[in-house]
This record gives sequence, C-alpha cells and structure tokens, in this order.
Amino acid sequence: MNPMFRSSADLFAELNRMQSLLDQVFPATGTSSIRSMAGTTFPVLNVGTTPASVEVQALAPGLDPSSLEITIDRGLLVIAGERRSELPTSGERSTVYAHERFSGSFRRVVSLPEDADPARVEASYRDGVLRISVAKRESSLPRRIEVN
Amino acid sequence: MSNAMQTQSSSAMSESAVRQPQQRAVVPPVDVFEDEASITLLADLPGVQRDQLHIRVDGDTLVLEATALTGGPENMELVYGEAQFPAYRRQFTLSRELDTARIEAQLRDGVLRLTIPKAEAARPRRIDVQAG
Repeated sequence: MNPMFRSSADLFAELNRMQSLLDQVFPATGTSSIRSMAGTTFPVLNVGTTPASVEVQALAPGLDPSSLEITIDRGLLVIAGERRSELPTSGERSTVYAHERFSGSFRRVVSLPEDADPARVEASYRDGVLRISVAKRESSLPRRIEVN
Repeated sequence: MSNAMQTQSSSAMSESAVRQPQQRAVVPPVDVFEDEASITLLADLPGVQRDQLHIRVDGDTLVLEATALTGGPENMELVYGEAQFPAYRRQFTLSRELDTARIEAQLRDGVLRLTIPKAEAARPRRIDVQAG
C-alpha cells in the first residue's frame, strides 16, 4: 500500500505515537490538571528475555483475571479482555470531573521470537500486573559441548 | 485547632521534601467523581502493594506516592518497554468542605479507591420555610 494514502485512523495512531514521544521527552510534572488526559494505550506492556524464557508484563490494574483471554497463535501472543468503567452512570446524582482511566475492551499483540515454545506458558495476575512467561525451546537453550 | 495541626504537619513535610530529591515518577491516570456525600478518586497503580503506597494530606494538598514492584527474573533483559519508572506520584488540591480526617482508602488489584467525605455542614440540606 502506498504510504501516501494512509487511512485517517493511521494518522491518529501516528499522532498518538508522537504524543507519547513528547510525553517521554517532556514528562508530566507531578502536579497536573485534574482534567488532563493520560492518552496511553492499555495495558502498558514491557517485554524482556532471559536465557530460558520470554517475559511479558502487562500493567492492567482492576481486571477480573478470569475475564482475560490470552492466546498464542503462530508466534503471536494476544492479550484481550475488558475493563468496565467504575464511574457512576449518568442520571445518578453525581458529577464526573476526571475520566482518564481506560475502560472498554482491549487487545494487545506481542510478536514472540522464533525460539519461544507456545506449549509452555505460565501466566499470573497480581496487584494489577499480568505476568506471562513463555519458555524457550530446549533446542535453543545455550549448552556446553564437551570435547571428548 | 485543626488548622494549627495542619500547619505543623505542612512544615514538617516541606523539610522532608527538601531532603529527598524528587525522583522521576509516572503520573497515574485517575477517575474523579462526586456525589452528595463525598468525592471518590480512583487511581491506576499497577504493581503497588499496600505498604508501598503513601497517601498524605498536607494542608489542602492530597499527595499520592507509590512504588511498584519490578517483578520478573533477575537475569531478564528488557527488549521493549512502555512502562518507564516503577514509581507513581500525583497531587491534588482539595477544597475546604472536604473532611480530610475521614478519608478512606482501598487498594485492590492495583486500583486505589479513595473516598473523601464532605463535612456535615457542607452536605446539601433542605431548608424549611416557616410560616410567619
């Protein structure tokens, strides 16, 4: 596809990316307007590797672990789920001042390296952090070769 | 009397703030809503355990500070990172009618729920018109 003819959705994705870059260079100070938007994706992901595994950490607070759907298909790890809004519904006698926390359904995809073994995956959810550990294949582990 | 106490605590806080240089921290996203009895604040603090969360009221400023556990194996090498600092900090200015002595805090699955009740005198009440 010609990069000159991107859909407008791509343009917004680009703008979001630029915004997050700006946030990194000029981090928000501790005091902010109570109405400001954080404007980040949900959940925030960190990916790391160890010699024996690939570690994915998703910062996904306030979820029901049973509602999380984690799948691995052809080297893609997909984390999907939904977070319900905890704001009062309109009509109740209340006023909403800030609505920065993500609500709705989400889906994030991580491309796993070739040597990840989709058969050996462990996932845990604690304090709002989802940790997924995908073991690497035995054949790809570093090993010492003895000289006879 | 409560005013004098607040002034005292605020001077103690500013001293400790001078001693500790401020570390870089993430500003956590919040939801804030108000009903007749209280203001509720929800904040996303993933990875924070109860003893790592510090909430204080300094004069009319509410300060949230928390440290997240950086889990994962020791020998892990980060290849992709969106979360930058394992610390959170945010502060809010409270208004006078809020009863800071009765703030309730609950931390569950990385979400903090703060309930700040309004002082009795500030709650809406019906004023009866007397026939005269």
